[in-house]
Amino acid sequence: MSLDFDSARLHNPFLTEDHEAWRSQLRKFLDSEVAPYFDDWDEAGKIPDEMWKKAADVGLLQLGYPEQYGGISEGIDLYHAQIVNEELGRIGSAGGIASTLLVHGIGLPPVVNFSQEHIKEEVVPKVLSGEKRISLGITEPSGGSDVANIKTTARREGDYYIVNGSKTFISGGMGADWISTAVRTGEEGPMGVSMLLIPTHLEGVSRTPLDKKQGWWCSDTATIYYDNVKVPADHLIGEEGHGFLVIMNNFNSERMAMIVNMEACARCCLDEAVNWAKDRKTFGKPLSKHQVIRHKISEMKQRINATQAYIQVVTRELSGGRGDFGDIALLKVQASETMEFCAKEASQILGGASYLRGCKTERIYREVRVNAIGGGSEEIMRDLASRQYQL
Amino acid sequence: MKILVAVKRVVDYNVKVRPKSDGTDVDIANAKMSINPFCEIAVEEAVRLKEKGVATEVVAVSLGTKQSQEQIRTAMALGADRGILVETDTELQPLGVAKCLNAIIAKESPDLVIMGKQSIDGDNNQTGQMLGALSNMPQGTFASEVAVEDGTVNVTREIDGGLQTVKLNLPAIVTTDLRLNEPRYASLPNIMKAKKKPLDTTTPDELGVDVAPRVQTLKVEPPAERSAGIKVADVAELVEKLKNEAKVI
Ligand SMILES: Cc1cc2nc3c(=O)[nH]c(=O)nc-3n(C[C@H](O)[C@H](O)[C@H](O)COP(=O)(O)OP(=O)(O)OC[C@H]3O[C@@H](n4cnc5c(N)ncnc54)[C@H](O)[C@@H]3O)c2cc1C
Repeated sequence: MSLDFDSARLHNPFLTEDHEAWRSQLRKFLDSEVAPYFDDWDEAGKIPDEMWKKAADVGLLQLGYPEQYGGISEGIDLYHAQIVNEELGRIGSAGGIASTLLVHGIGLPPVVNFSQEHIKEEVVPKVLSGEKRISLGITEPSGGSDVANIKTTARREGDYYIVNGSKTFISGGMGADWISTAVRTGEEGPMGVSMLLIPTHLEGVSRTPLDKKQGWWCSDTATIYYDNVKVPADHLIGEEGHGFLVIMNNFNSERMAMIVNMEACARCCLDEAVNWAKDRKTFGKPLSKHQVIRHKISEMKQRINATQAYIQVVTRELSGGRGDFGDIALLKVQASETMEFCAKEASQILGGASYLRGCKTERIYREVRVNAIGGGSEEIMRDLASRQYQL
Repeated sequence: MKILVAVKRVVDYNVKVRPKSDGTDVDIANAKMSINPFCEIAVEEAVRLKEKGVATEVVAVSLGTKQSQEQIRTAMALGADRGILVETDTELQPLGVAKCLNAIIAKESPDLVIMGKQSIDGDNNQTGQMLGALSNMPQGTFASEVAVEDGTVNVTREIDGGLQTVKLNLPAIVTTDLRLNEPRYASLPNIMKAKKKPLDTTTPDELGVDVAPRVQTLKVEPPAERSAGIKVADVAELVEKLKNEAKVI
């Protein structure tokens, strides 16, 4: 058995011919339209606009959304979406592309699931066709972990909400046409939080780029300021005071997407390290014949196996409409620790070569932290799980 | 105009295959399988002819195990209208394949057959030529350009030293070379739609064809490892070594 990206995937009895067909075609798309340009996009700090249309042409943007709004949902299940995040990992993207080209994956579900019908009709088809973009705004300068304590306010005045405050670390924020935004409409704590769809063209919205990041260089991360922004009241997502529910509902799928991608990135590092170890000779023999290196490779595979098996179990549960919040949270920790370990060990095996841009391990290594912090940090994930144990 | 395209299930071109330790075959257990790249070019060409309004129907045919259905589905996701699987577990060789395709031609009466010049597993480069002989149809092999007009097809062939254009009367057989086109990738909606396109299954027996292998594989082994080269100090040393060690001059 070899240890290339595909061979190092444990057998999954739920993957069918259809899934593999999607994988093959998507892989071709990524290999021809994305991978060759990825380093340039990273250096340029953006993904070219035409990519949204291309992503819509292949079906990437629409995957999993209702057909009535231009989505593709018939015959689609969780595995189709997982294949996307896995294949992005294969080309060495640990979230940079997803947090830009596919950032509607976190911004749009609140609208699809909870907005009023006429808003859905206005927003969803345009986002799925790549014509417009949408981001998710939860985190504020004062903090991201403590979602129940956000400070941005939305005060009801007649048919409008008047919004004041700011959001930061908003992926895709510079290019977004709308932001699904967490705002405070009521009392302190979780019950006072609502979700509001804020069009970025409204008067009083301004933004600045957060473009000096450790990783995710191609992603247009932003800080957004709201200064007496008048948002039509029908832009409320779900009911007033139900924002926390909407946000929590979103987190599970965001985390699963990150988890699948992190495992794939770990595997991408393994693949790169194994190829190198077989070719590179030191002290008269290939690196792969040195016991220290062989054991590193085995340990990478061991942790990757454990993560894959855990992903399979949780996905099976989610497919059956179950899925435990705490288990998903801990799986996110399992995945970020595995990616961190594999990026580190692959980097050691590759040596100096892994310190040069253009090497997939190099990018993945510097994108470990954002995965271990964003979407719920490792500390918060453990805490969230522990709260369910009646300790 | 009806076009028949042949598609073969082969090990994906990215997979590094290794011989089995007992030397009976290559080890392809768990390897990723794909549509043969040359066959994919054939499908693309047929679909482009349909998009231009030259062809009205594209039928994809594959021979092999039940799993070859996957490659037919891929062809349909790329734009073929329907599929035919000639199902068999027998090891297939060019002559058997050509005979089966000939039997399909008799049933389907296509105006044009497009297939890969070779498949990347056996690298035989024989099936198209054999099919030409069996079906009595003119053949244009190694195509880098295909133009259909008024009952004929002009095929630009990649030959040693340049390009040769032949004009064939339809029905004809074309085998594709690498530079004929760049195949598209199928979109997710087209993959889902392909599931609903008709796929008929038949067998070599039903077609009245004997596909029993005619060629026996004796041994499969990896290419000999090359030993490291050496550096020579000057031309004189090089000539000396070529003469006395390599004994080639
Ligand atoms: C590149 C990038 C893109 C992002 N994109 C988005 C986006 O699109 N939308 C969005 O809303 N947010 C986004 N985020 C924000 C991200 O979700 C937050 O960074 C994350 O939730 C952590 O919030 P914080 O940075 O404010 O850290 P804080 O909440 O201030 O926490 C700081 C540290 O303290 C730890 N900590 C906090 N509370 C506790 C506790 N109770 N016990 C123990 N430890 C604790 C945390 O684990 C963390 O390590 C992005 C972040 C980055 C880096």
